[in-house]
Amino acid sequence: MAGKPKLYYFNGRGRMETIRWLLAAAGVEFEEQFCETREDLLKLKQDGYLLFQQVPMVEIDGMKMVQTRAILNYIAGKHNLYGKDLKERALIDMYVEATMDLNEMIMHHPLQPPEARAKHLASIIEKATTRYFPVYEKALKDHGQDFLVGNRFSRADVQLLETILIAEECKPDILSKFPVLQAFKARISNIPTIKKFLQPGSQKKPPLDPKLLPKVMSIFNISNE
Amino acid sequence: MSGKPKLTYFNGRGRMESVRWLLAAAGVEFEEEFLETSEQYQKLIKDGALLFDQVPLVEIDGMKMVQTRAILSYIAAKCNLYGKDPKERAFIDMYVEGTADLMGMIITFPFTPPQKRNLALIIERATTRYFPVYEKVLKQHGQDFLVGNQFSWADVQLLEAILMVEEKEPTVLSNFPVLQAFKARISNIPTIKKFLQLGSQRKPPPNDQYVATVIEVLKKD
Repeated sequence: MAGKPKLYYFNGRGRMETIRWLLAAAGVEFEEQFCETREDLLKLKQDGYLLFQQVPMVEIDGMKMVQTRAILNYIAGKHNLYGKDLKERALIDMYVEATMDLNEMIMHHPLQPPEARAKHLASIIEKATTRYFPVYEKALKDHGQDFLVGNRFSRADVQLLETILIAEECKPDILSKFPVLQAFKARISNIPTIKKFLQPGSQKKPPLDPKLLPKVMSIFNISNE
Repeated sequence: MSGKPKLTYFNGRGRMESVRWLLAAAGVEFEEEFLETSEQYQKLIKDGALLFDQVPLVEIDGMKMVQTRAILSYIAAKCNLYGKDPKERAFIDMYVEGTADLMGMIITFPFTPPQKRNLALIIERATTRYFPVYEKVLKQHGQDFLVGNQFSWADVQLLEAILMVEEKEPTVLSNFPVLQAFKARISNIPTIKKFLQLGSQRKPPPNDQYVATVIEVLKKD
């Protein structure tokens, strides 16, 4: 069955959001099934849908794919968002692995105990502004092209934009010292598929409402992860 | 310049060990530079050798590659260990991500405060979440290798993970006869057999000195 990809996750960003971004950027319509209770997740496990008993899971091209990176790699490869050769792919991989490291820190922020939260936020901002953003600023400045790799739109551009936006949610002026990234952000946001994804009513998910955190943790039994 | 890949990391397993395994399995000779002091590490950063100020670093084919998965993917593709089409690649990716998650628990173990270490959880995950999957995959298709009836990155990394867990719990494969046969079979592949012998570049499990070196090298002033 050719059909649209179908995403299985809870109704929030988490590890599925980068996949939503990439599908949207590629102009691929997708369906979603949300786990709202522990029982929902348990049923997926019992039905044998989840190779390693975990979500994200994406049904695509006859496969029930799990593991976020495997899913992203497949989508990127399928939709020509992964460079034209091995070396471009290598550079894209380096860039996206770093954005995922930063995303991971930001994703874990709500899980920090209250007394550690301010320090954790400071660490996120420091890493973003001294370890990660300077690299992309320089890469774009050095070659002067519109896109990070190979003068062509790729998953690296999508994932960098996603990371910039969630970093800005942590600190709205976080790009103040990165003029090239500011221009990049505006330019990539204007790509029609991305522009559509950024509008209200799209499948882009909002930040996690802190009041819902205990419920999300209980669905995934996160204390045991 | 010899043309061989050059690995820069601590003199121990950590995140570089999977890279050593893959290069060795592919029969690719490599050189290593070991980080022993904070000054060495700061110099690498100052010289612009580390894209995100982190190791592993692998100099290969004119690139200074960082980010473990980027490095592994490049080597796998270059050495024909990444399947023959996107779907095989997808399965290889799923399988290596699973073993990477399992090994990740073990890699961080010595850096976790003793009271928070949970060896029982590692063994539980190995025997209930991960090994059953690979046992079933191999049993169902009855082939020698995990994907596409051909040796791939997935086989190398599964063997690495099996051996790593066995070091923590020697009987861990007792309920997995197909994995026991897999382990013996893959260990006998000439390049792998060589890597498993004394004197190879395979690193021993981490000890206190390794942990202390890592902390010292990475310390912030």
